[in-house]
Amino acid sequence: MGKRKLTMRRKESIYGYIFILPFIVGFFAFTAGPLLFSLAGSFTDYNITSQMDFIGVENYQSLIMEDGLFRTSLWNTIYYVAFSVPLTTLGAIFISSLLNQNVPGIRYFRTLYYLPAVLSGVGVYLLWMQLLEPGTGMVNLLLGWVGIDGPNWLYDPDWTKPSLILMKLWSVGGSMLLYLASMQGVSKHLYEAAEIDGASRGRQFFHITIPMITPVIFFDVVTSTIGGFQIFQEAYIMSGNGEGGPANSLLFYNLYMWNQAFGSFNMGYAMAMSWILFVIVFILTIINLKLAPRWVHYEGEEK
Amino acid sequence: MAKTNEETKFSDEQDRLESQSGTNTKIRYWEHRGNRNNMWQILNFVLLAAGSLLVLSPLWWMFATSLKTMGEVMSYPPSFFPESWEWTNYIRAWQAAPFTTYTLNTITITTFVVIGSVVANSFIAYGFAKIPFRGKSIWFAIVLSTMMIPGFVTLIPQYVLFSNLGWVNTYYPLIVPHFFGSAFYIFLLRQFYMTIPTELIEAAKMEGANHFYIWWKIGLPLTKPALATVAIFSFNGAWNDFLGPLLYLNDENLYTLQLGLAVFKGQLSTQWNYLMAGSLLVLLPVILLFFFFQKYFIQGINLSSGGK
Repeated sequence: MGKRKLTMRRKESIYGYIFILPFIVGFFAFTAGPLLFSLAGSFTDYNITSQMDFIGVENYQSLIMEDGLFRTSLWNTIYYVAFSVPLTTLGAIFISSLLNQNVPGIRYFRTLYYLPAVLSGVGVYLLWMQLLEPGTGMVNLLLGWVGIDGPNWLYDPDWTKPSLILMKLWSVGGSMLLYLASMQGVSKHLYEAAEIDGASRGRQFFHITIPMITPVIFFDVVTSTIGGFQIFQEAYIMSGNGEGGPANSLLFYNLYMWNQAFGSFNMGYAMAMSWILFVIVFILTIINLKLAPRWVHYEGEEK
Repeated sequence: MAKTNEETKFSDEQDRLESQSGTNTKIRYWEHRGNRNNMWQILNFVLLAAGSLLVLSPLWWMFATSLKTMGEVMSYPPSFFPESWEWTNYIRAWQAAPFTTYTLNTITITTFVVIGSVVANSFIAYGFAKIPFRGKSIWFAIVLSTMMIPGFVTLIPQYVLFSNLGWVNTYYPLIVPHFFGSAFYIFLLRQFYMTIPTELIEAAKMEGANHFYIWWKIGLPLTKPALATVAIFSFNGAWNDFLGPLLYLNDENLYTLQLGLAVFKGQLSTQWNYLMAGSLLVLLPVILLFFFFQKYFIQGINLSSGGK
């Protein structure tokens, strides 16, 4: 009996590994292997044609000490993340709280607000390049209606990153739905109890809704921070095919890495860059995880 | 029997969403709340209506611009409504570049990516959700941790790998990796598999079925809604992918729509009417997909948040 059970378990184990085998193979071939290769390569002068020569920490050294464009790209990226993550988070929470009400046509509103989130790719970037045209675009036309003289957006180094953040805000629908789903999961009893106690709508929002959706806020902040550091496609298209825009104001980290790797074929250098980014993202995620217990409320965590 | 259960569960979910959406309850709602609450509702409605105009305006602008003449595109101040509706812009834009070839190429890649994503991720997720084996939790942690790795860290070595395989200027680098699963879809499908009662699988095992058979005959049919979500998301991903084709495709005959649009922009510069016509045509399948299969998009979002 005991032996039979054991073989049964072994058989299940073999099945289990057969089922996850594609992932394991893919993990080694496309993730773990490449990770090790790029770590090793970051200490070499690899340029895809010549052989790799070990040059120690030279790549890291010149990146951090000498390369002005590296600093520019890191600054641009931090700027973008520092503004886009809080703005999109607040925007998504605000819209989802409006959508979490019973008003006529709410189903249509939800659909409409979500629609931009599913649209992406070059078509959307081209659309925004046209919308942001200073003279003939829609954004400055609308701003003009309310008496604001719109900036030169993608032509002005001070406004290029806000341009991309504005475009990002248009598509907050994805995280908005996350918040909406989580708001709908909040027990009605909590609100009823608060109403009996005479709590205003504002108080209810800040003392019930917000604490109850903190796990989703956490998830959203972590994923959009990781995503924000990897901004590439929109910067590539909207800065004129990877050129970095006016005064390199759209030269984001990944764009610079791309130009180093596939423009100048300084692959060792680019791989060193990729590891610096990896470490930054990793540290930020760890910080997020460490800070989480202070403000994220998990239902039933006392159990 | 099991199938109907599943469908009931799913339509319950829809009912729940609908009943919260207020279409059934709105009359009661307007009547029995106090004045102060009514004020809030009206403000809420006004904000939503104004906001939705703002949200939709870029898409309208795209449509309007695509129909304008070049003179009108350049005129100041711009207008929300084209003076004359130049539908021929669409034909001209389409003919200005080999968009038919780009479309066929994109469809080819997208088809394989969708098939690979659905089959591989479903297979892997079944293993994680329904088979007990030693080391499972470690492997699942590895699955999740791959979501944290910035794509560019593995991009360069992958390029080296694929170019050594002679895969540059082929579709293999864009398709093959999708047959090995990806963390997000594995997670999403595993969540869905968790809702299928284990007894069902135990019963099938009692009758002598092995896991392959169970996955094929029970797993796949029961997870259809979630598979639809994966199919739609991966369709979207492949259709809109710019980075992959940019890196691996140099031959213009192999270009995808996204690459084609970027090249088109380079050629046309500020001929926004044609550019918007081309962009709109490229976005159209995604827009249609969204309106027809909205619930699967929403379900994917809900599943990915770890909700039920």
